[in-house]
Amino acid sequence: MRLFSALLIGLIFGSGIALSGMINPAKVLNFFDLAGDWDPSLALVMAGALAVAVPGYRLVLARQRPALAPAFQLPDTRRIDLKLVAGSITFGIGWGIAGFCPGGALPALGTLRSEALLFVAALGGGLLIARALRRAG
Amino acid sequence: MSTSFTPFASFGGGMLIGLAAVLLMALHGRILGVTGILSGLLRRGDPRDWSLRAALLLGMVLAPAGIRLIWGDWPSLQVPVPTASLIGGGLLVGIGVSYGGGCTSGHGVCGNARLSRRSITATLCFMAAAFATVYVTRHLIGA
Repeated sequence: MRLFSALLIGLIFGSGIALSGMINPAKVLNFFDLAGDWDPSLALVMAGALAVAVPGYRLVLARQRPALAPAFQLPDTRRIDLKLVAGSITFGIGWGIAGFCPGGALPALGTLRSEALLFVAALGGGLLIARALRRAG
Repeated sequence: MSTSFTPFASFGGGMLIGLAAVLLMALHGRILGVTGILSGLLRRGDPRDWSLRAALLLGMVLAPAGIRLIWGDWPSLQVPVPTASLIGGGLLVGIGVSYGGGCTSGHGVCGNARLSRRSITATLCFMAAAFATVYVTRHLIGA
């Protein structure tokens, strides 16, 4: 039940990514191209996600605990620091260069397209580089 | 490469993304952030935790095949950038989300839905950076 529900949640998420167009770098890059062939679709993806997640989270987090786990695991950092800002800007630059973000690329892997494979390999490399840098520093 | 405005599919797909985030919180008590799920998978840890992450990612990867099965067609996926951009962009995304503590799903959907100030800040930063980057690559360098 635990793993099956997780698989199903992944499937719902991936289907949302695919239907919404987030899976498609051409669409993502056109959303960011205000001065060019602008495609506003992705604003609606975010709107649709928040339209469900804002009230949904409110209901769920009012409960004592999740159904299949002992407790909610919420991030406890509150600090807005250079790491958060510089990291997010770096992410945005990479997103603008490649057109894939992690949530778009993982479902894209399932199409077996070599571009998605390459991007996810580089993404994994980037995560490991950052981890090594943090360990060294 | 031009793409057409798809308001209904995009809003509906977005609702599915939000639904997945709410279900993961309701059942497993976790944030649905692809960065966090993936980084945990790249680390050896508690096997129960690892298997949950693996099941989530497997579900995501299987989604396009599911759509192919129901819809009869693969979701459209066009890559208008060269291989070097995929690799360079991928590395930057990996490093950035690691330091930034999340990406479009973790900060953009889940964190913003909790009205986390960290996530709102992160979202403004990565969106602004992506708009600026595409302006530079398409209208300054690529023009």
